[in-house]
Amino acid sequence: MEKLVALPFTKSVEIAYKSIRARFFRSLITTLSLVLAVAFLCYVQAGNNIAEGILQNGDPAGLQALVRAGFDVEEGDTVIGDTAKQRWIVLLSLLVCVVGIINAQLMAVTERFREIGTMKCLGALDRFILRLFLLEATIQGLLGSLTGALIGLLFAVFSATLVFGSLVFSSLPVKNLAMTMLAATAVGCLLSLIGVVYPAVRAARMEPVEAMRVEE
Amino acid sequence: MSDEHAIIRTTDVVKTFQLGNQPLEVLKGISLTIVAGRYVSIMGPSGSGKSTLFNMIGGLDKPTSGKVFIDEVDIAQLDAYELAWLRCRKIGYIFQTFNLIPVMTALENVTLPMTFAGTGSDEAMERGMELLKTVGLADRHDHKPSELSGGQQQRVAVARALANGPAIVLADEPTGNLDLSTGEEIINLLKQMSADRGVTIISATHDFKMLNVSDEVIWIRDGLIDKIEQRDELKISIGTIE
Repeated sequence: MEKLVALPFTKSVEIAYKSIRARFFRSLITTLSLVLAVAFLCYVQAGNNIAEGILQNGDPAGLQALVRAGFDVEEGDTVIGDTAKQRWIVLLSLLVCVVGIINAQLMAVTERFREIGTMKCLGALDRFILRLFLLEATIQGLLGSLTGALIGLLFAVFSATLVFGSLVFSSLPVKNLAMTMLAATAVGCLLSLIGVVYPAVRAARMEPVEAMRVEE
Repeated sequence: MSDEHAIIRTTDVVKTFQLGNQPLEVLKGISLTIVAGRYVSIMGPSGSGKSTLFNMIGGLDKPTSGKVFIDEVDIAQLDAYELAWLRCRKIGYIFQTFNLIPVMTALENVTLPMTFAGTGSDEAMERGMELLKTVGLADRHDHKPSELSGGQQQRVAVARALANGPAIVLADEPTGNLDLSTGEEIINLLKQMSADRGVTIISATHDFKMLNVSDEVIWIRDGLIDKIEQRDELKISIGTIE
């Protein structure tokens, strides 16, 4: 008999998905900070995209509106980048978000010590446990960041409409906005994974006896 | 497999835990042999080291010195893969606190070890249902552990322990969290499994109900074997107590 223990990928996705569903509230809290951070990131970027769209439209009224709204632009400019301030605030919010996720995941892992220990007694390898946690984080990250990106985009369009009026819709840079959303979602997934690595490695390395000894 | 095949053998097992700067010797040199197919109880008061010994036998913990052989394989020589394989295929575990995976249904709990063992999904479902039937819970297969009583959870745990047709079932205080009659049901179930399937059952316990069904009782006291009693001797000693 071949000495092999296995956990097929589809099965691990299934387990991870069920685990999130069963602990919906806890997952929601973990994901919420991610939603907010990604929404903020997307909001800032999309706001710049929209302003850039107006700028590239070449309408003098648009240029005036941009200057009035506080954008540092002159005639002939075609791009609007992040300001240093924006970059700092976004970076800080992402940092806070990662710390929040690590904290929430550490709690979640602690709650599940016994479950992890049991799985190991049933023959799970360290990497099964690791994979389950990484998959859960990926699913959470994907759903959370998509939600966040969508919220950020809607808010950006909404607030731009308040400032620029109908100008926004005549020059909406759809392609750039889509790219921004995609990038924000990717950043969100990455943050979610970064947040879970340490807790998951800790959980996976635990000896089964140690895990079982924990009182619930 | 002959009748006298030693499924578990320990030689001079010592386990020391470090409590602060104070080394605490929990097991002080235990040598025993457990023959395949028997129902063995490890008895002893709490703090006697029986849970520690139990963990050693189950390959869950490694001795400080001495050796543990499962099926004549020294478990200290096994790497992580082989150890996981051993836990998956050779040993079934039953715990005092049931330890079912809370987010999975009864059937999923039973089929999880089969999944680890590489069994296909359909076959696992089929065998899982069969096992649930033998423990009398086929109609509850879709229930989560929280929707089952303690006795029912332990039955699911028994079914899970037997999932991959192990040679050994290790039960750590399997009746510790159950009332008298439910505890007795679990004991009878274990005895029946041992008789039907020829599984070696080793249980750490201080439940005297266990004595009635045990082929052999190992008494542990202060980290040493106090005495080992066979079934026929046992009747006499119980007779004198009662």
